[in-house]
Amino acid sequence: MTATASNSRRVHLVQGILFWIFRLATYFVLACATYIFLDIGIKGSRTVFTSTPPFINVPFLTEPPQTLYVFDYEGKKMALSDRQFRQWKVEHPGTEVEASSIAYSAGGIWPCIVGTALLVIGSMILALGIGISSAIYLSEYSRNGPLIRLVRIAILNLAGVPSIVFGLFGFGLFVIFFGWNVSLIAGWFTLGLMVLPAIITASEESLRAVPQGLREGSLALGASKWQTIRKNVLPYAMPGILTSSILGIARVAGETAPIMFTAAYAMKDELPWQVTRMTDFFFQGVMALPYHIYVVSSKIPQNEYTERVQYGSAFVFLFLVMLIALTSIILRERSRSRLSW
Amino acid sequence: MVSVAEMSEITSPTVVNQTAPMPNPANPKVERGMIEIEQLDFAYGTNKVLHDINLSIPARAVTAFIGPSGCGKTTLLRCLNRMNDLIDSARITQGSIRIEGVDINASSVDVVDLRRRVGMVFQKSNPFPKSIYDNVAYGLRIAGTTKRTLIDEAVEKSLRSAALWDEVKDRLHVSGYGLSGGQQQRLCIARALAVEPEIVLMDEPCSALDPIATAKVEELIRQLKEQYTIVIVTHNMQQAGRCSDHTAFFYLGRLIEFDDTTKIFSNPGQRQTEEYITGRFG
Ligand SMILES: Nc1ncnc2c1ncn2[C@@H]1O[C@H](COP(=O)(O)OP(=O)(O)OP(=O)(O)O)[C@@H](O)[C@H]1O
Ligand SMILES: [Mg+2]
Repeated sequence: MTATASNSRRVHLVQGILFWIFRLATYFVLACATYIFLDIGIKGSRTVFTSTPPFINVPFLTEPPQTLYVFDYEGKKMALSDRQFRQWKVEHPGTEVEASSIAYSAGGIWPCIVGTALLVIGSMILALGIGISSAIYLSEYSRNGPLIRLVRIAILNLAGVPSIVFGLFGFGLFVIFFGWNVSLIAGWFTLGLMVLPAIITASEESLRAVPQGLREGSLALGASKWQTIRKNVLPYAMPGILTSSILGIARVAGETAPIMFTAAYAMKDELPWQVTRMTDFFFQGVMALPYHIYVVSSKIPQNEYTERVQYGSAFVFLFLVMLIALTSIILRERSRSRLSW
Repeated sequence: MVSVAEMSEITSPTVVNQTAPMPNPANPKVERGMIEIEQLDFAYGTNKVLHDINLSIPARAVTAFIGPSGCGKTTLLRCLNRMNDLIDSARITQGSIRIEGVDINASSVDVVDLRRRVGMVFQKSNPFPKSIYDNVAYGLRIAGTTKRTLIDEAVEKSLRSAALWDEVKDRLHVSGYGLSGGQQQRLCIARALAVEPEIVLMDEPCSALDPIATAKVEELIRQLKEQYTIVIVTHNMQQAGRCSDHTAFFYLGRLIEFDDTTKIFSNPGQRQTEEYITGRFG
């Protein structure tokens, strides 16, 4: 009698302790996430928002990065951007000041936003195009032989390759061997390859989730295999494929390693569309948000003036990724309700 | 009635009677919508499920396939529009199927065209997640019909033939998934009729229907045979009796007996047939 009682007390105790461990683990994650979001949110909003209308720091979003010049003048501490400093010198001829320069810490991050957007769009088009095509082949056309199993294993393994390896691969193949140099197109292929496994796997799953009865029903009405896939399989798999590509977008937008040898410039004055020939567009390097954050956080000496751009960039970056995720979710819900699946 | 003692003398199941005379393959007397199955063996991988099936399904009549679960009715039905092509392991190991005198498994046969001519209603109803209208219009659009008035007409005609028009005419553009199970099955029938096939294969079309809907579908089947050759699989003996002209009884992958429905139900030639239709096994 007492043995069972003490036993049940012990079971209860173990259960209680375990639940508390799980609970603490959850709180820990929550605390970390909250800290990161609050830190970036508070410090970043000092850069991105202003206290006077229009309340958004428009130049930060629309100007390229500039060097910040800091100097003392008549007892006042001046912090001027490159352009302002040159103008100031014109207005104060003859004055010699001892200015210290801090790279990238004035101006804004517009070229980085543009570059990241271009990298994301191009690489996602590539990855979705190739990924959906091969998923269609794998799930709709191929017979499950040893070769196909090998392909599947290869895809799974590819998904586990670290992004820096993709970066080096892209550097070796696209930048050096194909001679594309550091360019948008090299970045597209590198990033596209990186998310390809995830997109193939998710697309294949979405395709397989479409009931076989819909394929048979369509074929039985005299539809060809391709008509069946296009009209009666792919539309229903699309929401699932889009959902999975949300993660792909966030990853493509966020990774630094794959682009730092293949597509990203630390600084570039012209915007991507300021090219003389159309083909130059694809073969130019671009600035990119994650790489910019990396550069301003670790490639320049840190001081109180660098924080502005660091947190501002991180804030904008987080916001953009969230925006992308939200758009994809809305898109998915839309296509879902249209299907009334 | 034949006595049980007499029937038990027949040891190996053989085809006793064939209503339609086997045409000479060299000079077939071809009739629109006729199906001839000759010495057909079929296997899923190494699992042989159909053995030496010889059967001539007459045109513009209703033929019922009956037999216990797993005896190969669905498999045989799916051979007729080559639906089994979709199953990797499935093979016709011997024999042939001719529709209107043409071997449907010949390499020259366009399987897409064959399936348009041989419509199918599946055991498990499978409406598409589209509107009722788009469900019925699917086959026409696939075939390249774009004229709105033509499609409108065909949709109404097919829904009327499937006895569904009155129930759905006010909500043609809502999803087919919103219909009841029985309505969904009739939607699938309408969808199959819309492309005007020559042959309609129905795999237990009434298994999910209530008696009223079943009566409607049976009435429909009786009407359809004016124009179409109909093959229906059913577990419902009364249904086979009510709406078919000919009945084929299968057991363990063999055709045991094929005859006029009235003959099968009043005076079956085989003991197994009698035992099955009187409910003593199966
Ligand atoms: N896709 C498949 N792969 C392998 N074996 C199959 C497959 N489909 C059916 N079989 C087997 O073939 C045999 C015949 O099956 P079939 O579906 O033709 O029977 P049925 O007469 O239609 O039965 P029911 O009345 O239950 O629908 C069964 O033994 C079944 O297990
Ligand atoms: Mg069946």
